[in-house]
Amino acid sequence: MSKAIIKIEDLKREFTMGSETVRALKGISFDIKEGEFVTIMGSSGSGKSTMLNILGCLDQPTSGNYEIDGVKVKDLTKNQLATIRNEKIGFIFQSYNLLARTSAIENVELPLLYNSKVSTEERRKRAIEALQKVGLGERLDHKPSQLSGGQQQRVAIARSLVNNPVMLLADEATGNLDTRTAYEIMSIFQELNEQGITIAFVTHEEDIATFSSRTIVLKDGNIIQDYKNENVQSAKEELAKLPKQDH
Amino acid sequence: MRLLNLFKIATKAIILNKTRTLLTMLGIIIGVASVIAMLAIGEGSKESIRTSISAMGSNMITIKPGADDKGPARGSGGDVQTLTLENYEVIKEKADLLSYVTPLVNGSGQIINGSNNWPSSIYGVNPDYIKIKVVGLQSGSMFTDAEVKSASKVAVIGQTVVENVFPDGQEPVGQMIRFNNIPFKVIGVLEEKGENTFGQDQDDVVIAPYTTVQKRILAIDHLNQIIASSISEDEATEAVTQVIDILRTEHELLDNQEDDFSVKSMEELISTFSSTSEMLTILLVAVASISLLIGGIGIMNIMYVSVKERTKEIGLRMAVGAKGADILMQFLIEAILISITGGLLGVLLGLGATVFIEKFLNWPTSVALYSIVISFAVCAVTGIFFGWYPARKASALDPITALRYE
Repeated sequence: MSKAIIKIEDLKREFTMGSETVRALKGISFDIKEGEFVTIMGSSGSGKSTMLNILGCLDQPTSGNYEIDGVKVKDLTKNQLATIRNEKIGFIFQSYNLLARTSAIENVELPLLYNSKVSTEERRKRAIEALQKVGLGERLDHKPSQLSGGQQQRVAIARSLVNNPVMLLADEATGNLDTRTAYEIMSIFQELNEQGITIAFVTHEEDIATFSSRTIVLKDGNIIQDYKNENVQSAKEELAKLPKQDH
Repeated sequence: MRLLNLFKIATKAIILNKTRTLLTMLGIIIGVASVIAMLAIGEGSKESIRTSISAMGSNMITIKPGADDKGPARGSGGDVQTLTLENYEVIKEKADLLSYVTPLVNGSGQIINGSNNWPSSIYGVNPDYIKIKVVGLQSGSMFTDAEVKSASKVAVIGQTVVENVFPDGQEPVGQMIRFNNIPFKVIGVLEEKGENTFGQDQDDVVIAPYTTVQKRILAIDHLNQIIASSISEDEATEAVTQVIDILRTEHELLDNQEDDFSVKSMEELISTFSSTSEMLTILLVAVASISLLIGGIGIMNIMYVSVKERTKEIGLRMAVGAKGADILMQFLIEAILISITGGLLGVLLGLGATVFIEKFLNWPTSVALYSIVISFAVCAVTGIFFGWYPARKASALDPITALRYE
């Protein structure tokens, strides 16, 4: 089958809080293959966020191996981690994290500003393409304050796509949105996944997981479930089933 | 490329916070402007002293008899009669750094013309005098060497004398006046020179051949002074040394004996006055520098707040691939841009203030290029120095903590 984008082997992460050692991840192993849409679920305190930070190369594991797109992340310097984040990972956050008073296109261009291999023209071109992909081709110059929550999250998705990452990493990306908008966003994720983009989606909402092809459930720092979703729901269809909004 | 991008990011951040940026700059603007204006005032007053002393003849060298140290009590300079005509002749012959030399004897007395009289001073000199003093003739002519030799009773008079002894507008040239009852024929009138730096009326004077003054008025054969001018202002100091050497030989002074005369150039006078005004300049600049320092602290303060305020943004930038160095550069560039723009505005304001001071307060000013260069350089350094700490702090943030910062 297709190659593994993420390889995780006996991953542990411990924090020292005063005299106590908190073991957030207690030896986790799994692979994510190219083209998979994985939801990582778990209640708060399950180690979900720690997992996400490590997957996103924002944090280093205490022990164990983590490999992304063939690169062993352990023992990389801070600057090397930054380069990996810049070139291989697309981040999507719960609170969008767009730069205020900055147009959609400039927000999307942001990751490319830190990549000296991309020229100004190339940067603009790719940002426009990314915004078109999420259906915001007409709103290039809108500021975040002029966009709805769903639209802001789409700008954020465009931003995560602009550097052609090997994996999108979403952190509760629908957490701030109403069901309808959340489904709209999920349908975008599904479309992107159909185009071959690997997605890791961290959430605690069960219905979101039904849109993904695989679910990993964490509890107290261990994987308690890891299953393929045989019956993937289409977000578009679910959206159509929702009662029409009253205006 | 990368730096250019960071530059763009920094400029954008500045433009997004126009008011705050401008307020931050204000400290720097005022600091730089005051340094420039203060230095301009200082330089201006120094220059005006120099010009007014130059007007008295900046090349001028004055040789006076010195204190007599032979007795138990020292007499004041001038009481002794150590300068002689021979001294003058030797100096004139040997001192090649001097362009003009004249003996000077002076006395005071009453000038009388008919029913008008006026107390004034008489200077007995040779024709070189007007060249040393850099004064022109308004009418008539200066007496000649021949008239000096023959001790002619001719005189050239200043404007104040003209006003007082020829009050009805009579042409003085060709008229006879009496000085201490000795009749003189007026052959010339000096141009008006006004008061000198010390408030002395330079027009209240009668000039006559020194021979005449020595014999007819003072009845002396020594000289009160010898005045000369060096061939150029730059040569003044060496000319002084030369004259001292000549006079020491002439007066047969031993190595352990003090000079029995004194030789002073205007240069010394200028430097005395300049050093006073320099002191003042230093003081003014010190005050202005403090305001520049405070401006710098203002930048640090704002940058520090800005880092705190934009913690989340910094976290995001790091998450999408900004390295610590990128963040450091971004904030440093912001600080430098603020201080340099502030510096530029400060230079403009400083120049404006200088023009204002010159025009409306009538203070002499002179903008020195170095003051602009220095204050501008200080400004850039201030930006780097005070921007460094907050920028460093921003770059050291942990991306995870920064992202979660509310």
